[in-house]
Amino acid sequence: MRKIEARKITQAVTELVRQASFFLRSDVLSALRKSYAAEKNRRAKTMLKAILDNAAYARKQKLAICQDTGLPVVFIQLGQDVAVSGDLKAAINKGIEQGYKKYYLRDSIVRDPLNRERPGFSSCVMHTDIVKGNKIKLTLLPKGFGCENKSQLKMFKPTAGIEEIKDFIIKVVKDAGPDACPPYVIGVGIGGTADYAGFMAKKALLRKISSRNLKLEDDLLRQINKTGIGPMGLGGRNTALAVHVQSYPTHIAGLPVSVNISCHALRSASVTL
Amino acid sequence: MKKISTPLDLNTIKSLKAGQELLLSGTIYTARDQAHKRLTEAIKIGKALPVELKGSVIYYCGPTQTPKGKVIGSCGPTTSSRMDAFVPLLLAKGLKAMIGKGARSKEVKEAVKKHRGIYFVTYAGCGALLSDCVKKTKVVAYGDLGPEAILRLEVKDFPLIVAIDANGRSIYG
Repeated sequence: MRKIEARKITQAVTELVRQASFFLRSDVLSALRKSYAAEKNRRAKTMLKAILDNAAYARKQKLAICQDTGLPVVFIQLGQDVAVSGDLKAAINKGIEQGYKKYYLRDSIVRDPLNRERPGFSSCVMHTDIVKGNKIKLTLLPKGFGCENKSQLKMFKPTAGIEEIKDFIIKVVKDAGPDACPPYVIGVGIGGTADYAGFMAKKALLRKISSRNLKLEDDLLRQINKTGIGPMGLGGRNTALAVHVQSYPTHIAGLPVSVNISCHALRSASVTL
Repeated sequence: MKKISTPLDLNTIKSLKAGQELLLSGTIYTARDQAHKRLTEAIKIGKALPVELKGSVIYYCGPTQTPKGKVIGSCGPTTSSRMDAFVPLLLAKGLKAMIGKGARSKEVKEAVKKHRGIYFVTYAGCGALLSDCVKKTKVVAYGDLGPEAILRLEVKDFPLIVAIDANGRSIYG
């Protein structure tokens, strides 16, 4: 067993908050630069320029890329040969809270979703995966809610065809329209259970933009970029930067499909301890 | 690019067309979901409002905390459609302009036309960049709401695109 002190985890998470909030992911930046170069629509080009300028300004001025510093989602890959001395979850929450305070991020979390009293930093959402080895990998995805609000789940019949599924995914993007800060990255989870499909859709946002899982992704991206929604919804050919689809075995009676949309400010950072 | 200043008079508003890009200077107020709910409740029970709505510009924004040495933190627009249900009443009570991101309901479009108001969008997801246009801030109401409080912002050359003009024409169709 390898021992890791909870204190080290707190420190690492605080640093992830800084990295994710101030520095746009390099793969997202490259994709945006490519979109800027390829975009023909004058207004869309102006919008993409503003997005790129914003990322540069945030980096230089140590400002949050977006004022919606998100609901922090933490993916924990815990090696089965690691023993954490102390409280792992409390250490992560403490790291988040310290980071959000230290870097002047926004108090966007209400403790009670019904009473909605003054927001602050309460628990983040955590997903834990037990893996082989003696390391722990932590990934922070601060998820903005303008785009999270556009998530959808549909439980298809098992006899549904691929075209029906594609139509649904494209419809989710059209429903989001100009509202959720396009160009988007579209995460899709197909299979598993309702909750697992949602988890896969969210996790798909962590994949590197240039990577490809299924051929379906290219077809979807092409069709989504034909909708004409464009950067910030003001028209153009760049409605999405990427479509990431993850799949998992499912039941003979069902076919869950979940779509999670990210705005262009797709922020995440990882560390392995 | 055309420059305009607050207070926005009727002639200025009428001269602006959907799709037009411009720069705004002057005074605007932040308000998002909870502030809209409270303003509406106050109007319904006849309570005095903490801000003068007549001729005002509301910006759908909840900024981050203010870093040391800065006027404001990141302060981009939030999704406007969440405020749609509150808009006809506020326009009837004198609100002139709204700044946000994304499309609006048919009811908002009609109310904008009826009251000769205007809806602008600004650079969405560019809160760091937009912070540079804010020269002064003050909490004027609902401080207990934290980032959802109403702030008075003094802005200079704040970039806008007319999304719904006073004739009810929208860039989103």
